[in-house]
Amino acid sequence: MADLITAGRAATKSDGTQPVVLLEQVTRDFGESVITRVLKGIDFRLETGEFTALTGPSGSGKSTLLNLIGLLDRATSGRVCLDGVDTAGLDDTALTRLRGRSIGFVFQFHHLLPAFTAVENVMLPGIARDGRPSEALRKQAEQMLVRMGMADRLRFKPGQLSGGQQQRVAIARALCLGPKLILADEPTGNLDTAASDQVFDLMRQINREEHAAFLVVTHDPSIAARCDRVVELVDGNIVSDRAPVRA
Amino acid sequence: MPFEWFVALRYLREGRIQTVLILLGVSTGVGVIIFLSALITGLQSSLIENTLGSQAHVVVRPPEEMPRLLHDGRVEGTDPAAVARGLAPGEDALAVRLEKPAQRLRSINQWPQVMRDIEKVNGVTAVSPLVAGSAFVTRGEATRSVALRGIDPERFTRIIDMPSRMATGVFRVEGTEAVIGTGLAMDLGVRIGDRIRVLTAEGRTDVFTIAGIFDLQNKGVNDSWVLVSLKSAQNLLDLSGGISAIEMRVEKIFAAESIAQSVARRTGLIAESWMALNGQLLVGLRSQSSSSTMIQAFVVVAVALGIASVLVVWVVQKNREIGILRAFGTTRRQILRVFLIQGLLLGAAGWIVGVGIGTVLSLIFASLATNPDGSPTFPVNLSAQLFLGTFAMALSVGLLSATAPARRAAALDPAEAIHHG
Ligand SMILES: Nc1ncnc2c1ncn2[C@@H]1O[C@H](COP(=O)(O)OP(=O)(O)OP(=O)(O)O)[C@@H](O)[C@H]1O
Ligand SMILES: [Mg+2]
Repeated sequence: MADLITAGRAATKSDGTQPVVLLEQVTRDFGESVITRVLKGIDFRLETGEFTALTGPSGSGKSTLLNLIGLLDRATSGRVCLDGVDTAGLDDTALTRLRGRSIGFVFQFHHLLPAFTAVENVMLPGIARDGRPSEALRKQAEQMLVRMGMADRLRFKPGQLSGGQQQRVAIARALCLGPKLILADEPTGNLDTAASDQVFDLMRQINREEHAAFLVVTHDPSIAARCDRVVELVDGNIVSDRAPVRA
Repeated sequence: MPFEWFVALRYLREGRIQTVLILLGVSTGVGVIIFLSALITGLQSSLIENTLGSQAHVVVRPPEEMPRLLHDGRVEGTDPAAVARGLAPGEDALAVRLEKPAQRLRSINQWPQVMRDIEKVNGVTAVSPLVAGSAFVTRGEATRSVALRGIDPERFTRIIDMPSRMATGVFRVEGTEAVIGTGLAMDLGVRIGDRIRVLTAEGRTDVFTIAGIFDLQNKGVNDSWVLVSLKSAQNLLDLSGGISAIEMRVEKIFAAESIAQSVARRTGLIAESWMALNGQLLVGLRSQSSSSTMIQAFVVVAVALGIASVLVVWVVQKNREIGILRAFGTTRRQILRVFLIQGLLLGAAGWIVGVGIGTVLSLIFASLATNPDGSPTFPVNLSAQLFLGTFAMALSVGLLSATAPARRAAALDPAEAIHHG
């Protein structure tokens, strides 16, 4: 594994910087008898602190791409490097550890665990990482929730929160361990405009304060317009990659 | 608290219906097994106790006399060679018949030495000499046929604890004192201090004073035994200085048969264990045990299937949550352990409730019917061994039945689970 890490580092050293995400000619096929190529050779870099929108029509492969970058899925071919580490040679446990250490996820539906309170949900990734809960983790989780404006809902269970509040807890959970990369799949897709703006502003704020890179899938042009960079995916290919068109 | 326990406990608490269902299954199973085992071992040990309460574990007797061969009215010797000759085919022209020798009492040769030898056999806890023969007891008009038994009271007490089983009087057979059973005392209408006359086939007679009346809870014994001193019995049965049997008690009652066999090999005498003498009882006990084992095995299988099926449904319901946990850095191993711990906890909790159910059922059952002396008619045996055994069983059933669901959960593809539930 050490070899692979140095190999991955060496590969990215040539151009001097080390992107958080580096994809080279990544493809992803689905199906057994009838094989569909969903991603058709993606080249993509995401630098530290970049806030990027990923747009494109439904079925174009956005979630599939996010899963690959998030190490929840493996590419059929091509290279996926995360924070300078080539992930090809890592086994499931190593992938899981890397994922837990460096990536935070926000999903369209909050996906909080209903059996746990807001604080516990935010703590869970840390508990899984450390093997046990600790006061430090609890403090960290509470602070994060306070930053999300959830100070008065710390002990609430997800079922007792509104959609926007749930999504803010989910963001707190994604951010709690200070990941380098946050992957958000339609984080505001399920919220009304007000709640959506609030959640987005929080993400931008964290991005500025923590210098975490964000890759946010969105169908909402007004949200895309407020990102640093917009990548458009159509039919498994990146068709445009540019600064947003400001309204 | 480790991560796995934290999650497992919370899921158990939140999954109320499933948790309660599984707990019900495990505790019913454990309760049934405890009740059944307690009842059967209780019944069995009381049966054995009753049997051995008036019986030595092993009885050693002199070998039977060789059958004597008679032909043409002439008596051949007891020479084995002659017997073999007499039995050979082709000689059946002769009127041949085998005749058991008359039941004359014979003594064990050099019995004090034999007794010392037997005492040294591993697992033997007590040996006691016995002079036994049949006799008649008369008292006024009444005559009863009895079993006359001459004993060494101290040694015999270590075979059967007589002092604790006296209905009235004391257990003492010094001089012309005798101890008889409640049945015989009733038959003869005698009380402590009364005299009885004992008469044997050898034509000898003696008068004894009743020192005590015992109750060994065995009608045959209570009706027939007359316990006297070794010396009195030797006189009455014309066995001066000799004894007719050695009775033994062993440490482990189910080792009696193998001990009897080794004693027989060592001494050349006949040694019979209570197991050989109570063959029917033993067969009964064995088949009872095996049917109870079978019922228990079925209960275990049913409980295991129940836990496994509820847990499988649980895992399916939690697919998405497991995917999320995996996305946030929970390893397959940790997920596996979460569900195994749930199995263990359910087993342990089910056991606790089951012990309660089983114990209460057993005690209720034991109190349903009681003997006149207040002891239960159907005794139950709730042993520590039973509790420990069912604990181990409940834990392993919980763990084993959680294995398949836990593996399933650990093997989930996180991306798939998150996006499609
Ligand atoms: N596990 C899978 N097995 C087979 N096909 C899949 C699988 N996952 C995705 N696909 C296919 O890949 C294509 C892209 O799916 P994906 O979910 O990445 O689209 P998307 O861009 O996220 O769409 P949307 O905006 O609707 O969420 C779709 O045609 C889908 O059917
Ligand atoms: Mg999608």
